[in-house]
Amino acid sequence: MKIYVPRDAAALGVGADQTAEGIVAEARRRGIAIELIRNGSRGLLWLEPLVEVDVGGTRMAYGPVQAQDVAGLFDADFASGKPHALSHGATAKIPYLKKQERLTFARVGITDPRSLEDYKEHGGYRGLAAALTQKPADIVASVTASGLRGRGGAAFPAGIKWKTVLSTPGAQKYIVCNADEGDSGTFSDRMLMEGDPFVLIEGMTIAGLATGATQGYIYLRWEYPQAKAALEAAIAAAATAGFLGQNIQGSGKAFELEVRMGAGAYICGEETSLLESLEGKRGQVRFKPPLPAIEGLWGKPTVINNVITFASVPIIMDRGAEYYQHFGMGRSRGTLPMQLAGNIKQGGLVEIAFGMTLRELLYDFGGGSFSGRPIRAVQVGGPLGAYHPESQFDTPLDYEAFAAIKGMLGHGGIVAFDDSVDMAAQARYAMEFCAIESCGKCTPCRIGSTRGVEVIDRLIAGENSAQQEAILRDLCETLTYGSLCALGGLTPYPVISALNHFPQDFVKPSRASSAAG
Amino acid sequence: MSNQAPRRVIPIKVEPPSSLSAAERSTVLEACARLKKLPGALLPILHAVQEALRFVPKDAVPLIAQELNLSVAEVHGVVTFYHYFLSERPGRHVVHFCRAEACQALGSVALEAHAKASLGVDFHGTTRDGAITLEPVYCLGNCALGPSLMIDEQLHGRITPERFDALMTQSRERT
Repeated sequence: MKIYVPRDAAALGVGADQTAEGIVAEARRRGIAIELIRNGSRGLLWLEPLVEVDVGGTRMAYGPVQAQDVAGLFDADFASGKPHALSHGATAKIPYLKKQERLTFARVGITDPRSLEDYKEHGGYRGLAAALTQKPADIVASVTASGLRGRGGAAFPAGIKWKTVLSTPGAQKYIVCNADEGDSGTFSDRMLMEGDPFVLIEGMTIAGLATGATQGYIYLRWEYPQAKAALEAAIAAAATAGFLGQNIQGSGKAFELEVRMGAGAYICGEETSLLESLEGKRGQVRFKPPLPAIEGLWGKPTVINNVITFASVPIIMDRGAEYYQHFGMGRSRGTLPMQLAGNIKQGGLVEIAFGMTLRELLYDFGGGSFSGRPIRAVQVGGPLGAYHPESQFDTPLDYEAFAAIKGMLGHGGIVAFDDSVDMAAQARYAMEFCAIESCGKCTPCRIGSTRGVEVIDRLIAGENSAQQEAILRDLCETLTYGSLCALGGLTPYPVISALNHFPQDFVKPSRASSAAG
Repeated sequence: MSNQAPRRVIPIKVEPPSSLSAAERSTVLEACARLKKLPGALLPILHAVQEALRFVPKDAVPLIAQELNLSVAEVHGVVTFYHYFLSERPGRHVVHFCRAEACQALGSVALEAHAKASLGVDFHGTTRDGAITLEPVYCLGNCALGPSLMIDEQLHGRITPERFDALMTQSRERT
């Protein structure tokens, strides 16, 4: 009897370890032999801990299963897939999962993330095998043709970055994975690293072959200890099997990989700041140019991409650029793993082709708010993303469509708020966050963020509001055009969108009612 | 006046004055010796020191600087730049409380007030019994199951005031 209980951090946060221990103990008590597999999460996070049982090759889902539910499940004979109050039928047929197009997350939640054999049985390392038969320029051409754009947030075409590194001469080049997933509302990198670490390793190895880089680093945030354990186990397994090292699969090509830990600095998700941090310094942003592709880590040509970007490469190499490219809309090709978060009933990971609307995601997948109250505002793209009112919910999920409404898709995080939200407080928090996390290099961000908090405080207090609003807008313009990187440059997004779409929240209640009366 | 003040020998390696215990000192030196050959060794060394001692003592800074041939200012700058590195000895358990938006959408602002009031500390403070240090964190990647916090390295989701109190009681009972 094969039972799956996720080891994903989100599942552990709601008791998956206790559930797993309960299952082992109960099986022993009843004399039933079981094989327990600690998989990644299927991404249906509101059902965690989601326990699956293999019944004749079909995986049946039960969730959320707490330790105290385990005896009842055995009583109901869940080993044969029998119904139970927590039963959801076959996992693959749950609409939330069935409606998705999982390319990058194809194996997450399905395989055992500690097993290289399992990875290979599910199509793993086929992309690398294809890449090993090609010239570097051809690999780069495939990535370019696939239309893959950086999934970290900036959406820069990956192929162009790789081509620059390939064509820049250098005795030593580097591949750096940005796994400093600091945006609130996002967890796709974490889920992928915990649930399918080999696909990231494979993607980075292909990047090494494509550009002539022989050393890779994964810069991982300290907040993800489970991901660290998963990656280090996978790197060791890959090295033992000759998928990493000085002679990859007998090709004579070398690629080494190491995990490096961040230390709680949001700014280190900015690529040049991340490189500074990897070099052992304060994570201060660098001036650009030179681009990291030309002078990156220790001044050497460096490919720096997000986790999901690298993890999307193996399927492109395996199935072809055209296969990947046919998903999506406009200039946004392929799929984007969206993350439904915040005040949402069915939060989780939804990997779909670009083009679905925000409303479909919030209601068809998300099932509306967790609190049951109306969804009033949605922040898309992390703490630097805009707050969108209900009137913008029909916007398709597409980089350009969101840019057109002064927003951004970013890393695909969607945070829903119900009608109890105070948007002036959210705007103030955006400035406060910028002040806490600013690297301090440029003045608009370092000083402007603190001044922004003060101006919003005066605006909310109703001290000469019209003037304060003018000052705030002017300050935001300075931040937008005068900051060195996206932290200062995009902090105005949440601030101005809150002000534009929810102006009533910036008016003191007493003044609002007296104005109305 | 040509002679004859005795020549003073200035040692090249000055051992900085330190209040570190012998055990702490050897932990820091061991971490430096093990990791200093890595390119960009400072962060790995600071992680190793904090993992062993639970914080980076102020007097470890000159020692690390000397081992890596960096200035004290450079090492101090790095230690204080990153929120994760603690310069003071924390309580027996460190609670990282998520302040980010997705948790706010599920009521973390009120929960934060409850946490501070019930522990009797503000952020970066340690309870009077020395059991718990409360630190803010900006996202734990558990945004669909908030509000979230991490106790030492264990993540907890769907925190209510009652669950918070229960977790604090459990933490106090553990050593």
